[in-house]
Amino acid sequence: MHLMYFTEQPMSAYPQEEGEKFGYTALLFPNTFFDRQAASRLYNERLEEYVYAEECGVDGIMLNEHHNAPFCMQAKVNVFASLLAGMTKRVKIVLLGNPLPISDNPVRLAEELAMIDLISKGRLVSGFVRGGGVESLATNANPAFNRERFNEAHDLIIKTWTQPGPFRWEGEHYQLRVVNPWVLPLQQPHPRVWIPGVVSRETIIWAAEHGYPYIILNAPIQECQKIWQLYDETAAGVGFTAGPEHRGYLIRCHVAETEEKAVENAKQFMWMQGEFTGLTHPLWASPAGYLGAWARKPLAEFRVGRRKQSMPPFEKQLQSMALIAGTPKQVIEKLRVIVEETRPSILALWGNDGNVSHHDSMSCIRLLGQEVMPAIREIGDKLGLNSPFEANSAVSLAHMQKGESTAVAAL
Amino acid sequence: MAHTWSEGVTEVAGGKIHFLTSGAGAPVLVLHRDVGNPGWLPFYEQLAQHYTVYVPSHPGFDKSDRPEWMRNVRDLAVLYQWLLKDMKLRPLSIVGLGFGGWIAAEMATMDHHQLRKLVLVSAMGMKPTRGEILDQFLLYTTDYIRTGFHDPSHMDALYGKEPEVDQLVAWEINREMTTRIAWKPYMFNAAFPTLLKSVDTPTLLVWGKEDRITPVNCGERYMQALPHAELATLNACGHFVEVEKANELTQLVVEFLGK
Repeated sequence: MHLMYFTEQPMSAYPQEEGEKFGYTALLFPNTFFDRQAASRLYNERLEEYVYAEECGVDGIMLNEHHNAPFCMQAKVNVFASLLAGMTKRVKIVLLGNPLPISDNPVRLAEELAMIDLISKGRLVSGFVRGGGVESLATNANPAFNRERFNEAHDLIIKTWTQPGPFRWEGEHYQLRVVNPWVLPLQQPHPRVWIPGVVSRETIIWAAEHGYPYIILNAPIQECQKIWQLYDETAAGVGFTAGPEHRGYLIRCHVAETEEKAVENAKQFMWMQGEFTGLTHPLWASPAGYLGAWARKPLAEFRVGRRKQSMPPFEKQLQSMALIAGTPKQVIEKLRVIVEETRPSILALWGNDGNVSHHDSMSCIRLLGQEVMPAIREIGDKLGLNSPFEANSAVSLAHMQKGESTAVAAL
Repeated sequence: MAHTWSEGVTEVAGGKIHFLTSGAGAPVLVLHRDVGNPGWLPFYEQLAQHYTVYVPSHPGFDKSDRPEWMRNVRDLAVLYQWLLKDMKLRPLSIVGLGFGGWIAAEMATMDHHQLRKLVLVSAMGMKPTRGEILDQFLLYTTDYIRTGFHDPSHMDALYGKEPEVDQLVAWEINREMTTRIAWKPYMFNAAFPTLLKSVDTPTLLVWGKEDRITPVNCGERYMQALPHAELATLNACGHFVEVEKANELTQLVVEFLGK
């Protein structure tokens, strides 16, 4: 298995009563409440935690990106990826991922990612995402063309990495006179591409059609089985048999020395789910055209406030294992069930959120890396859950068809 | 219930365009707002006492087919030129409401010789000198529309206090199409102050003094750019002039077109 550490990188240092008063803590929540001193401290604490995660034995560090919202401080995933490329030695740097549609120049992204791959000596996993609705609004990228831009930007980046330059790109959404960057990734044919998601059926199908591993973000176990069924059927349709190496799962999982402490800290996972301050506005989360025609009716009802988003309360989430908290021993038993039921070879443990202190975050990372992950790795081995690295699987369907078996760092 | 108007369908650029029509006499094309055509309004009926009125649903709006290739409001204006040519309606007068006013102004910059007269009612298309055109994409549809009324009871009378799901879905479809062609820059053509100077068409600009969607200074800017324009402003009236002040608007339009 490939076991990763993740945190949403919360920028929790803002007056929560102001968030409550405003009603939402995204997009239009005024950045006059941004605390520069605290942000500087928090960025540095996160870096220290990631370096420590490597020392404690995690296989990968998963990073993501959001805009205009305190629930995630990472406004550019490639910035932290670059830092970790230089500051770490062994862990995979797993970006889940770069939001392609909000970029007006995908070749620039291809360059940045190539640099990260070279500096990290071939440790980059380059996931791509569509970005949420708030990302579209915050960057003024047209949400109605979000998927089209995602597809085209992806094709352009892969071509940039794999086809000799110079070439010209005259696409529907991107036009580039010259594509010929003087930097290419170390890994060949190109860095692995993993696709995370949760909402959209179209993305699951797209990932399977490309032979990319799909990482389920925090969905209930029964949902996972439906997702894998769709992925497997699509894979069969395009000519390959999907295996554990195509399956990933992210779950919120906080560990502490005592159950009491772990449960108390795990309550912070509710911080970004609206229990404390409210997270986002349903309209901003899905601007018009962002989702397919299937979403029109429910969204139309959201638009007039007739439907509300509802999250199960903390206790219920804990009970249903939508999130996990406890001592290492307790957590291992719950993760065993999850791994047995969902069979991922890539598992991301979202350890810390909200106002969990730096001290407790470090403690959680140590227990995850030194106690939980070794046990889960054993369970995975027994179940034959070989990660893409262990299975040495081809980076994409295109390369499977060419008979290439692997993405190898050209060292 | 029998009604005076009829519904038609025509095809332009491979897509169906639905329209409502009624009346007799010289043709007048009415171009609806970004929220779609709410139906045969009393304003249309009053106008149809004097003219043959056509109210198409824009391509991609209401029941009209979505042109997937369309990228901006100028593309939409070209389709309407095409439609007018096919239906042999030119020369004619155009009444553009809000977003429809922007389309009408684009059409005028393309071929003003085919236009008898132009009426722009609380029209988008011109960048305000002060303030901004209210951004619907940050608001719930109902809040956006309500902001367009000086007296919210007019909105309830038009759409009902709790609009039906079909109406909500229609708004959603219209908002998607608006997103596709008017996302950025939002609701204006930066070239208008220059291009509109070429338009000889006599133009009537009508604005509600309480318009909270398209600032009145957009009307003033239109007047500066258009060589033959006059501006009428109405008291106690918001953005939806044709609903809030149907009688006054009809009177202004009929008088202006009859000059």
